[in-house]
Amino acid sequence: MVHETTLDNGLTVLVQEVHTAPLASVWCWYKVGSRDEGPGQTGVSHWVEHMNFKGTTNIPRDQVKGIIEQFGGSWNGYTWIDQTTYLETATADALDRMLFIEAERMASCLYDEADCESERTVIISELQGGDNDPEQRLDTEITATAFKAHPYRHPTIGWMHDLTTMTRVDLVGHYRRYYVPNNATLVVVGDVTTDDVLTRIADRFGSIPAGTPARRITTTEPPQGGERRVHLRQPGTTAYWRAVFHAPGFADPDFFPVLALDAMLTGASGLNIWSGGGVSTPQRSARLYRALVNTGLASSISGFLAPTAEPFLYSIAATVAHGQSIGAVERAVLDECARLASHGPAPGELDRVKAQLRARFVFDGGSVTDLAHQLGYFATIGQWRDWTRVGDRLAAVTPEAVQAAARTHLVADNRTIGIFEPTGDAQGAA
Amino acid sequence: MAIDAVRRELPNGLTVIAARNRLIPAVSLAIGVKAGTSADPEGAAGTAALTARVLDKGSARFDADAIADQIESRGASLTVGTGRQQLVVSATCLVDDVAAVLPVACDVVRQPAFPAGEVETRRAELVTIIREAADDPGSVAVDALNAALYPDGHPLGRPARGTVESVTPLDRADLAAFHRRYAAPGATTVVAVGDLDSDALIDVVSAELAQWAGTASPVPQPSAPAARTARALVVRPMADKAQADIAYGLAGITRRDPDYYPALVMNNALGQYALGGRLGDSIRERQGMAYYVYSSLDAALDAGPFMVRAGVSADNVERTIASIDAELDSVLRDGFTHAEVDDAKRYLVGSLPRQLETNGGIAGFLLSADLYGLGIDHDVRVPQYIAAVTFDDVMRVARRLLDPTRAVVVVAGPWTGPAA
Repeated sequence: MVHETTLDNGLTVLVQEVHTAPLASVWCWYKVGSRDEGPGQTGVSHWVEHMNFKGTTNIPRDQVKGIIEQFGGSWNGYTWIDQTTYLETATADALDRMLFIEAERMASCLYDEADCESERTVIISELQGGDNDPEQRLDTEITATAFKAHPYRHPTIGWMHDLTTMTRVDLVGHYRRYYVPNNATLVVVGDVTTDDVLTRIADRFGSIPAGTPARRITTTEPPQGGERRVHLRQPGTTAYWRAVFHAPGFADPDFFPVLALDAMLTGASGLNIWSGGGVSTPQRSARLYRALVNTGLASSISGFLAPTAEPFLYSIAATVAHGQSIGAVERAVLDECARLASHGPAPGELDRVKAQLRARFVFDGGSVTDLAHQLGYFATIGQWRDWTRVGDRLAAVTPEAVQAAARTHLVADNRTIGIFEPTGDAQGAA
Repeated sequence: MAIDAVRRELPNGLTVIAARNRLIPAVSLAIGVKAGTSADPEGAAGTAALTARVLDKGSARFDADAIADQIESRGASLTVGTGRQQLVVSATCLVDDVAAVLPVACDVVRQPAFPAGEVETRRAELVTIIREAADDPGSVAVDALNAALYPDGHPLGRPARGTVESVTPLDRADLAAFHRRYAAPGATTVVAVGDLDSDALIDVVSAELAQWAGTASPVPQPSAPAARTARALVVRPMADKAQADIAYGLAGITRRDPDYYPALVMNNALGQYALGGRLGDSIRERQGMAYYVYSSLDAALDAGPFMVRAGVSADNVERTIASIDAELDSVLRDGFTHAEVDDAKRYLVGSLPRQLETNGGIAGFLLSADLYGLGIDHDVRVPQYIAAVTFDDVMRVARRLLDPTRAVVVVAGPWTGPAA
């Protein structure tokens, strides 16, 4: 059972007792992500996330190291298009320490000038590490091509130029605008008692003043009006093909029909973008696995549909098997999409993917860390209760709705196709 | 809180371990067969990797369609992976589906069909994976490090995935022979963890595998590589890459080495604790050169490498290597502080409950404890082993393992070598 409360300063608090292991997980979520960044400021949310691990008024820089490790705990954070989040998972006796860290992070981070500079190059190294991967380069290009207007178009890590020009003033400004209790959701799941958690939270967070969260940048992406393409010809060993389709946001009635479509095409992947539930995607019966991997056209195939606050992208990605043609991979994928649109699901197919997805929703919450992630994630893109309703929304999906979703979304005018074509063997090849 | 595990050995030599965990109504299975990549025949690197890829694509009782139907119509998943010592069949399913999933997982281990068409398809997949790795500076660096640390055909010196040359000739007969040689009840351990009665679970496994007969050939154990006498720098230029991957390493120790726990503590303090221990403090936090930097210890039945890894821009390659040397030298010259050692020990003990929270985490822990003969109650004893590690133990192991003058340093990426 989830206990929900809101402090006077606007902080939303969610607590769930789970007593199967002596652990607790604390996540603090902020409604700010890369979609809240304008030109020249791309990557600021992610950079701010990095800076928020570098000491606070009451946690001096040299005491950050070890503050959770003393309890055997792990900590982390991530930034994506809609959200920024921070977590600690440790033995439950670290609860107060975890809450202290999150309260400090919300109100009292230091932003030392030298630390800002040293983190600039760490983040550039993170970006360049990603650029070493041709699939990631293709993903960046295809996303920027699919969106003209919506700020979902730029990568969360930011464009290189902005990472070299932003300053401490930009970082602090962004931090102060969005890191206020009334823009945050604090989630605690684990071997705790709700009353004790609520008392400690009131103590740690109650005195942080409410702020005025900045209005979120938003727009509606105009209809695409025609297929778009991006074709990278760069050194490499392997060809990659992918397609992205503008997809419904999580609240849209079409979201679950498209989730079912993805399960039919590439296998059921669930709704936990943090861990994937720790279970590999069942693909043997998936249409594209059979049409591409079992036939040897591709060495792997995957699909990705994330629950998002606004319409993002549904993507299908294939690694072209050595010696096979990119065109054959493209035809096989698009044929299968067209078949679903013209014929709808085969008899029994929807029941099968519903069973798969129902199991995934169970695996998605397979640890206190995952349970807390799911509550906070859905609170940030909608309502936490949305997570408890995913089974019902899935159950209501009909074969007709799946076919209609294929006809609406999996069409040429709604897609962008991206190709990475290697121009020769990489120098590292043995 | 101890794992509630039961272990039983069947008359045919098969080991079954079951443990109860109630967080979600699901079960994780892990079936380990002592047929890992270190058993690859000479000149045929990738045999275990390809065997694993084909193993679950059809068995005597279940063809590919039956497996798809039996497993996936229920939302379960079935995968096969390879480690150096074991091939591991993993399955995750809801509690209600165990009766349908377990027979399939057992049958692919016991009597895989290796359909010829599947061998061909999965071999082509593996070739693509090998080619992708050749374009990934991290994989290129680690492969080159292993080749240099474990030369002369040592199994640890070969890439687990094989090479295009070693994989291309492999056919159905090679995989069937590999399976026949190494997969037998005495070399197999079935672990099941989830919200299910342990005795009932053991009974189900027994019903599936008690009739399995046969004896496995022992996997030849490689000798320790010759001690290195000098330092080596290996450069793998990849001009089009955005940054370089560094792999800096030395031969390590085995899992049964008496120095294992001191080495674990030493590695944590040097390159793991918080954002990468001392190495992270220097290279990421103080100098801002790398997003990732850490050290790792790969102690198994054989002595895998002790390794330091970092990804940095070409301009910072030399400074990063010098910084790794400096941190190792500083440990050897001035030692760790007592606080560093105590912190690492406290962390390693305190992180166990997290490691042992999920079905999959518990199953993996029990399977490797069984592989190394550590006992069914190993989870209870780990804290005692770590508590017993002294400061002097840690320093002794540091002197045993860390030696910059004999390290192999590999750089793969847009860097062609030190400035003249």
